[in-house]
Amino acid sequence: MSGLQDAVDGLFARYAMAIDDDRLEDWLELFAEDCRYRIAARENVEAGLPVSVVYADGRAMLADRVAALRRANVYEAQRYRHVIGRALLDEGPPVSARAGYHVARIMREGDIMLFSAGEYRAAFDEALRIREMTVVYDNARIDTLLALPL
Amino acid sequence: MQEPPQLPAWPGPGLTRVPYEVYRDPALYEAEQERLFRGPAWHFLCMEAELPEPGSWRTTHVGETPVIVSRDGQGALHAFENRCAHRGALICLGEGGRGRRIQCVYHAWNYDLEGNLRGVAFEGGIDGAGGMPEGFDKARHGPRKLRVAAWCGLVFGTFSPDVAGLEDWLGPEIRARLARVLGRPVRLLGRHRQMLPNNWKLYVENVKDSYHASLLHSFFATFRLNRLSQEGGVEVDGSGGHHVSWSRMQTDRPNEDYEKGGLRAWKDDYALADPRLIRGRDEFGDGVSLQILTVFPTFVSQQVQNALAVRQVVPKGVDRTELLWTYYGFEDDDPGLAELRLLQANMVGPAGFISMEDGAVGGFVQRGAAGAAGLAGVVEMGGAGTESQRGRATETSVRGFWKAWRAVMGL
Repeated sequence: MSGLQDAVDGLFARYAMAIDDDRLEDWLELFAEDCRYRIAARENVEAGLPVSVVYADGRAMLADRVAALRRANVYEAQRYRHVIGRALLDEGPPVSARAGYHVARIMREGDIMLFSAGEYRAAFDEALRIREMTVVYDNARIDTLLALPL
Repeated sequence: MQEPPQLPAWPGPGLTRVPYEVYRDPALYEAEQERLFRGPAWHFLCMEAELPEPGSWRTTHVGETPVIVSRDGQGALHAFENRCAHRGALICLGEGGRGRRIQCVYHAWNYDLEGNLRGVAFEGGIDGAGGMPEGFDKARHGPRKLRVAAWCGLVFGTFSPDVAGLEDWLGPEIRARLARVLGRPVRLLGRHRQMLPNNWKLYVENVKDSYHASLLHSFFATFRLNRLSQEGGVEVDGSGGHHVSWSRMQTDRPNEDYEKGGLRAWKDDYALADPRLIRGRDEFGDGVSLQILTVFPTFVSQQVQNALAVRQVVPKGVDRTELLWTYYGFEDDDPGLAELRLLQANMVGPAGFISMEDGAVGGFVQRGAAGAAGLAGVVEMGGAGTESQRGRATETSVRGFWKAWRAVMGL
């Protein structure tokens, strides 16, 4: 069903562009109120270990993360550039999908690196908002710090 | 051993100056590997919980040296270099495993879990041709072994035959503080790995530096989780190398020194949309909500409310450091506490609300110290000594680190 495929690919594209454009407030709008969002190392996911680098139980916590990045945390100016592969769909219900990603990080002075690669595992509600999402990163080590979401 | 590195005269007074070369000099870095990491000090290897059963092993590092730590069939702990006695290849690739033998992939030499060479492939040759010479004695070939000891589920090792036992090395205060946060059977929650763009000592200094916490980490202070006006203190052991800094929850009052300075840390209007994250439980019953502890040179134990972790600092070159976080709870955690630990893990680690800055500040110093030969940093908060102090507007434990480092390095 190409309509659903397009819709999910479009959602991941909006997800990535919102981060890359530094529109984290728009990024929040892609999530359901009662979402769960995690960024987790593949090492832990595969071992069944529950700890995450970022974990939000509900959009309010995700909003707190964005607020902290805006107002409390200190990090050198940087931006990301995402490239996301075509989503592999499970029509459900609920609709869920996996998609591979690369994130390049570009620092203020121009240094660029392949900061992270991994996959999005997401499940959606009827309105196609993100209900459950785990970013599983393959790069075992995080360089310096992770400020912006992947 | 190479020539001792030349260090410029260490400026005074006391331990209050740190020459910037200590973060950038490759000769000093090499000397540290020999004198400190393969010298008279105990180094954290892993948690006992990471070797859950007899026959388990894990890879780890002591300084740059690759090490295997194991639990043999009888449950005893061992550690030896992860380097095949044949050609020096890593014996074990990856994180670890379980079994009776560990086999090098290169030529299939294999070892028991004590690090003894047990098998040499084709030792007797093939069809009577080749093979090892008659007198080859496997007992005389093997990776170097470490002394191993454990305290409260933490496994330490040393290459030194001379250094005092682990319990003496830790001392009574550190032992008691570790027992406080490791007193029950542990459940592993996961690991995070982070690469820091700086010399390993800059990260260790950062951990010991309680002065920066509420100034750099604005999130922490904003929610009154940690302000220098809270009740707390810094304890430094006699060697200077180990420390504990702690503070007690909910003893904070507005403090004029913050308001006067217009510091970032003072933002009372900032509220969390979902404050579950910061609602800790007094699980140890003493009101202490923060306990940061170091064991010289590279081990950290952390209690940030209910987020418990140990950290291992692994040098990867004069200006690169790997930081390994191992998060844990306890076997008897109720579901609420188990979930709380996962939520509070947001405060720490590579993306932690109150720790992400620490991943970067070491690099700021590393970059800032370029071209600074002959110059020195200033660590004079709280005086020139290394004694334990009340309050945390002090760098006493940073000076303590340099006291211990200079003693073991002979500089």
